[in-house]
Amino acid sequence: MTINVNPPVAPDTQQTMGPQDYIRRSASKVPEPERKLEPVAKLIDVSKCIGCKACQSACLEWNDLREEVGVNVGVYDNPHDLTPNTFTLMRFTEWVNDETGNLEWLIRKDGCMHCADPGCLKACPAPGAIVQYSNGVVDFVHENCIGCGYCVQGCPFNIPRISKADNRAYKCTLCSDRIAVGQGPACAKACPTKAIVFGTKEEMKAHAEKRIEDLKSRGYDNAGLYDPPGVGGTHVMYVLHHADRPSLYAGLPDNPRISPVVEAWKGVTKYAGLALMGFAAAAGVVHMALSGRNRVSREDDEEARRLAAQAPAAEPQDGEPRA
Amino acid sequence: MTNSWTDIRNTDLVIIMGGNAAEAHPCGFKWVTEAKANRGAKLIVVDPRFTRSASVADYYAPIRQGTDIAFLLGVIKYCIDNDKVQWDYVRAFTNAAYIVKEGFDYKDGLFTGYDSEKRDYDRSTWDYEIGEDGYVVTDETLQNPRCVWNLLKKHVSVYTPEMVERICGTPKDKFLKVAEMISECSTPDKTMTSMYALGWTQHSKGSQNIRSMAMLQLILGNIGVRGGGMNALRGHSNIQGLTDIGLMSNLIPGYLNIPTEREVAYATYIGSRGFKPLRPNQMSYWQNYPKFFVSFMKAMWGSAATPENDFAYHFLPKLDVASYDVLRAFEMMDQGQMFGYFCQGFNPLLAFPNRGKLTRSLSKLKYLVIMDPLETETARFWENHGTHNDVDTASIQTEVYQLPSTCFAEDEGALVNSGRWLQWHWAAQNPPGDAKADTWIMAQLHLRLKKMYQEEGGKFPDPILNLTWPYANPDEPSPDELARELNGYAVADLRDPNDPTKVVLEAGKQVPNFGTLRADGSTACGCWIYSGCYTEDGNMMARRDNNDPDATGAYSNWAFSWPANRRILYNRASCDLDGKPWDPSRKLIEWNGEKWVGYDVPDIAVTANPREVGPFIMNPEGQSRLFTRGMMRDGPFPAHYEPFESPVANVVAPAIRGNPVARVFASDREEFGDAAEFPYAATSYRLTEHFHYWTKHVWVNAVLQPEFFVEISEELAAEKGIEKGGWCRVWNKRGSVHAKAVVTKRIQPLVCDGKPVHIVGIPLHWGFTGAAKNGWGPNTLTPFVGDANIETPEFKAFLVNIERSDGPATA
Repeated sequence: MTINVNPPVAPDTQQTMGPQDYIRRSASKVPEPERKLEPVAKLIDVSKCIGCKACQSACLEWNDLREEVGVNVGVYDNPHDLTPNTFTLMRFTEWVNDETGNLEWLIRKDGCMHCADPGCLKACPAPGAIVQYSNGVVDFVHENCIGCGYCVQGCPFNIPRISKADNRAYKCTLCSDRIAVGQGPACAKACPTKAIVFGTKEEMKAHAEKRIEDLKSRGYDNAGLYDPPGVGGTHVMYVLHHADRPSLYAGLPDNPRISPVVEAWKGVTKYAGLALMGFAAAAGVVHMALSGRNRVSREDDEEARRLAAQAPAAEPQDGEPRA
Repeated sequence: MTNSWTDIRNTDLVIIMGGNAAEAHPCGFKWVTEAKANRGAKLIVVDPRFTRSASVADYYAPIRQGTDIAFLLGVIKYCIDNDKVQWDYVRAFTNAAYIVKEGFDYKDGLFTGYDSEKRDYDRSTWDYEIGEDGYVVTDETLQNPRCVWNLLKKHVSVYTPEMVERICGTPKDKFLKVAEMISECSTPDKTMTSMYALGWTQHSKGSQNIRSMAMLQLILGNIGVRGGGMNALRGHSNIQGLTDIGLMSNLIPGYLNIPTEREVAYATYIGSRGFKPLRPNQMSYWQNYPKFFVSFMKAMWGSAATPENDFAYHFLPKLDVASYDVLRAFEMMDQGQMFGYFCQGFNPLLAFPNRGKLTRSLSKLKYLVIMDPLETETARFWENHGTHNDVDTASIQTEVYQLPSTCFAEDEGALVNSGRWLQWHWAAQNPPGDAKADTWIMAQLHLRLKKMYQEEGGKFPDPILNLTWPYANPDEPSPDELARELNGYAVADLRDPNDPTKVVLEAGKQVPNFGTLRADGSTACGCWIYSGCYTEDGNMMARRDNNDPDATGAYSNWAFSWPANRRILYNRASCDLDGKPWDPSRKLIEWNGEKWVGYDVPDIAVTANPREVGPFIMNPEGQSRLFTRGMMRDGPFPAHYEPFESPVANVVAPAIRGNPVARVFASDREEFGDAAEFPYAATSYRLTEHFHYWTKHVWVNAVLQPEFFVEISEELAAEKGIEKGGWCRVWNKRGSVHAKAVVTKRIQPLVCDGKPVHIVGIPLHWGFTGAAKNGWGPNTLTPFVGDANIETPEFKAFLVNIERSDGPATA
């Protein structure tokens, strides 16, 4: 029996999102776009999430990422932090509710929040390395990235990670490649309980209202939406049972703001910063020339990892934030 | 499941006990979130651990593993004491009013008739009084002290909230809160669904765990209704299909029995399966047993099965023991009584208890055949993998054959889900390398054995030489052909019994349903309950119409649900005695004065008068059983027994260890441990990140949960000096493992019978093949004993000791 494997599907040529929709571009200006896309949002309902990690799995699969097989360090969080290959991560917190005395297992899907006012983009000195679309998606354009790590400093949520393999910054793209062809993010597609949903920001806010009403009826008086104004609101939002205390959820910032230092870069100091950065950029170019920009093939990579796995001491340390 | 996954969204209350649906069935769990989000349903979780299900529950109560019966009988007592009983349902649809024989009693943990030598009961008193009319004597007033209801009241009287706390370690206030929430579902307009899995089955009294909840659901009037039911969440995508198709040593397809050695003659076998109704007008559907049995024999042996030779009854093996279950098979290997073993999609070295004994037994085989898409530990049991499989390869003489088979995505066919839906699927890609479909492998075995018998003869070659083999390509029967055979077909022209000149179905045509099957050899059917799945109208399992008129959750044109495309079993019980729905907002079917109409296929005849014919058509009573007569080996009512390895003695019957009728082999008894030496109550379970021992072969899953660990409370960790993320060693008489320690608030010490009980949680996904880090499974430690009725191993409750360690010795 021979079957036709994955028959070709006609490509969807109707691009719904592209460079013409940039509203911001790091260290450079963009023309006013001719159209304004409807703002989108991913809503993560923490109260519906069962921590199954289907989102993490879908993210690895869709983005063709190869994370390390790590170790257990006494918790369910694996890997233990975001890495250049792990754009999203379930973070598990055991919290005893001081009012009820009951244990609550708070599980939060961590990843880029796609801020309306993106600190990473503001901090980025490399022209066009970080862009923002008019629908709110904040995306990294890797060929423009110089690996300086300023985006990490600029991010109030500590999200971007610099790859030691190619010295570029990585984070969740909100599946901009899927959104561009009218699909939702892979994580939302994979979520079995609809804890992750995707749509226009208005729809998501309305959906959140209903969820908050339900949670309040179950005794969560402080249930609410996390759409922090300090960063102009976000295009990834949470429904939290304890919206008065976001930091319970594995340190989700109570009131995130872009660091004043980064804000200051927007003024004259940014050019000073850029001058400094020039050195780093030059170093990056030299590094690239010496080592080549091609990433190793998957087969080579697998073989190397298998060998590495046999030598337990030699665990690669990818994923340390550069800051 | 009595109901279906999609029906769970109709419920008011979900109780997850004996399972962990969010963790082990995350996709099906979506229907719980739907019920919560759209109906305001509540979720209760009762579990030794605060699980992923508990993380989204409205109420969580802890319980010590292996004490569910005490808890549930306590809830039944609470409902009776507080008059939280759906009385109309109980009176109409259960055997509450039936009178039980004089002589039946329960005392000191034992029912009448116990024989400690045989570890078995004489069950003759566990039955009803039969009147002169041949029917059961009843007392509709429920005044007779020997009626089932009064015997039940007496039986559960010991399980007070205080006793529940003492046995289960569930704080009284938490137990009472759960009991109160459950009892609210005794009104006709509120239903509860029970979602359970191996947390109930994997005990030496697993069947009785489930019966306890079934009884509670009957008392609440929750069986047969939308949003109710007993919903077993099956652990493999086709494990429901496995049981349906009779892949047990004592069954043939459709829950028919393999004969025993006491039934050498066909007349004896079929004569004891008359299933005469015990109450007037009842359908007692098993009266059709001969039709299903004969049709099965015709499907197997075709023209060699004739009325003259009792349809080749002599071709069937006759059992000399209750069953040749897996535990018995390994015991026989160990005793040198079994020389060859076929493992088809089965990894017993990790999936069955007491790995030391398994390795020893496999090492005594002459040959072992593995049919699997993966490199299983069983296939490599002889290979030394350092501390993780420390065997002396040179001393093992077993010859191992590995036959790579296809994975589910590489072949076509039906999978039967928990809700009894036969869903056809298609191949997504070609198998790698030399992998072959299981059907090809089995066909080759058959054809080659047949050839050998033809050429060389043998002691009794007839069943193999005469096996029907009508497939277009004998080398590889197609899934389509096999499915058609399971559905059944007319062997000869079927004539209308009232008008023999009329042919109702021509020879060779597919039967439309099992109602067409006959006992005279004119029909063939591989599995009667699947009849209707592949008719003259085509493959019903391949249907993909997801319309759901009036959003009942039935989805009647999606795939095929056995039996007869019925989506909710016992659905006649969704209506009162006049045939009107108990809850009009949850109508399923109703009596319109002439016939039953509605969204589902009724259980009972479509014109059966609601006041005459009961819903429980498979029982000769027509009604359900709160008292189950002699049909279970360990009692007509459930009773609390401790696990064979328990941290405390049985409070209600201190002299009894484990289930008094569970089978224990002598060498295994010696390896049971006591609380003095092994004080900690261990349990085993699955994690969401993995599926059994399969997904550790997949890189992504290995990333998400890379390494073997055990879970313990902060208190036990402090006592033992074990650090979060540090190594510990867990051991008992059967084995020893090293694991990383997950020290967690989600496991709390319990107080049982005045003593603190610490729980050690051991997930089961690691071995010595695959992409994840090498580790062990809990089966290195688990006892070799099973449920008294069906021999499912007691994986969920056993004893261990634990200490801080430096990790496994590295080679």
